[in-house]
Formats: sequence, structure tokens, C-alpha cells
Amino acid sequence: MKSSVIVFPGSNCDRDVAVALQRFQIKNQMVWHEESSLPKSDLVVLPGGFSYGDYLRTGCIASKSKIINAVIEHGKKGGLILGICNGFQILIESKILPGALLRNKRLKFLSKNIFLKVMNTENKFCSKYKNKNIIELPIAHNEGNYFASDDLIRKLEDENLIAFKYCNNEGKIDKNSNPNGSSNNIAGILNKEKNILGMMPHPERLIDPILSGEDGSILFESLLK
Amino acid sequence: MKISVTVTLKNDVLDPQGKVVMQTLKNMGHKNIDNVRQGKYFEIDINEQDKEEIEKIIVQISEKLLTNTVIENYKINYK
Repeated sequence: MKSSVIVFPGSNCDRDVAVALQRFQIKNQMVWHEESSLPKSDLVVLPGGFSYGDYLRTGCIASKSKIINAVIEHGKKGGLILGICNGFQILIESKILPGALLRNKRLKFLSKNIFLKVMNTENKFCSKYKNKNIIELPIAHNEGNYFASDDLIRKLEDENLIAFKYCNNEGKIDKNSNPNGSSNNIAGILNKEKNILGMMPHPERLIDPILSGEDGSILFESLLK
Repeated sequence: MKISVTVTLKNDVLDPQGKVVMQTLKNMGHKNIDNVRQGKYFEIDINEQDKEEIEKIIVQISEKLLTNTVIENYKINYK
């Protein structure tokens, strides 16, 4: 399997996710945002960070990069796209995924581990979560409050396009387990064809017992299946 | 020509920053403030004379870059 990690000015999880991909024998290449085409890739990753210093709106300036057209084309052809944190914000601003990500409800930058319930395991990113659907991953964001019209939220629920929801350690999804005010506790969503996943939590940060856990590994193992 | 664009959050979108500003104003003694919504303001110099063309360009940049139309509205002010 081959992957490309797109690097923007201000990306800071690009190398973390590259290390994670290589750990699972995925051959990765870093791609600078000014490129207009992608190397042969099965998976394109938009990494976390603060592209363009979060100017204007998070992910907005990056969504106008040269490489984004190639990323959109890759997705249209059924290629896999994973956007993590700022990468999710870029997917939203590129309109590759619907909705918006607002400032966290309590206006605080959140950097901590949270619990997630895996809502959809019938996709290439989450299939191995079948055996473990309550997981712990870190979040580190200021704008992770997922917002969409009531109609869109209903559509996401009805069509089972919500990949992850924030929950407590027992899997209970409620207001108390919602760190940032996201509609319906949404932490990650899929496109209709389920080849594109955007998520605020960082799976690449939990891929080693030394780093306090391996719940992120399961996502990368799913990709290999 | 100078043009300004004001971007504001749509009414049904929560604006926690605006709420904090409102609460602070109340704490400062301004009891008659009912609501505050925070937005963005852009000043644009455009080197074009044709009014129709200007409008076309400004609408385009407002919708494609300055505003996220899912959550924000924009208002163009011609000077």
C-alpha cells in the first residue's frame, strides 16, 4: 500500500503520521502543497497542525492550495483520503466533506485524551474496530465543534456516515462526554462512498504502548486489510 | 475603488466569543446590551472601474474565500 502525506506551511503532525504509516508497512511519500499532482497513492493523508497559522478560518487557506485539486480527483476516483484534525478542517473547507468546524464551545484549546465510540465499522478505515468499539485517543484542537444544518445531521445519522462520536469510558454518548460542543457528539465523519474520513482525534499519536496506548494502531491495521 | 465586506455568523450558529463580549459589557455596567455577535471586516482595494465587473468579482471572492457559506453571511459595502 502506498500513501502520500500532504505538507502545508504550519503542518506539525505530518511526520508523526508518516512514522505511523511506515510502522504499518505503508510506503509513504511527503508531498509539498505546491505540487499539482500526486505520486501513485492508495491513500492521501491531510495531517494535523496549524496550516497557514489558522488565518481567516482553520483549514481555509490550505483548501485553496494547488495540490487540493489532485486530492479531490483522487477522492472522486475512489482513492482513500484521511484528514486528521487540521486535515479534517481542510476537508471541510474544500467542501470534500460537508458541514463546518466551529470554535470549541467553551473557547478553550483542548489537549487531552478522550473516549470515542466507533459508530461505523463498515469502511476501510475502521473495520478492525469491530472487536473494540470504545477507544481512547488524544484530541488537540481549538476548532473542533462540528456544526451542520439539522437536515444534514439527520442525513449523516440515517446514512450511517458518522464514524466516531465522543463518549465516556463506558460508551455513553451525552452532553457530559462532549468536549467541544459538537452536534450529536460527532468526532469524525465519512463521505457517502466511505472512502474519505475526516476526524478531529489523532490516531497517529497512539500507535505504541510506550506512547500510552495502541487504539490508533487499529485504524492503520484496518487500512492494510 | 475601495470596497468593504462584513462577514457575520448566521443567526442559528452559536457565537461563544460574542457571548463573552456581551457578558463582559454587562459586567462593565452596560445593563441595556441584549446581544453581541462577533464578525470579520475586510477592506479591499480593487483596480477595476466597471461596476458590474466589480460586483461580480467581489461576490465571487466573498463566496469562495472570505465566507464559509455553511455558517456565515456576508455583506458588501460599496463606498
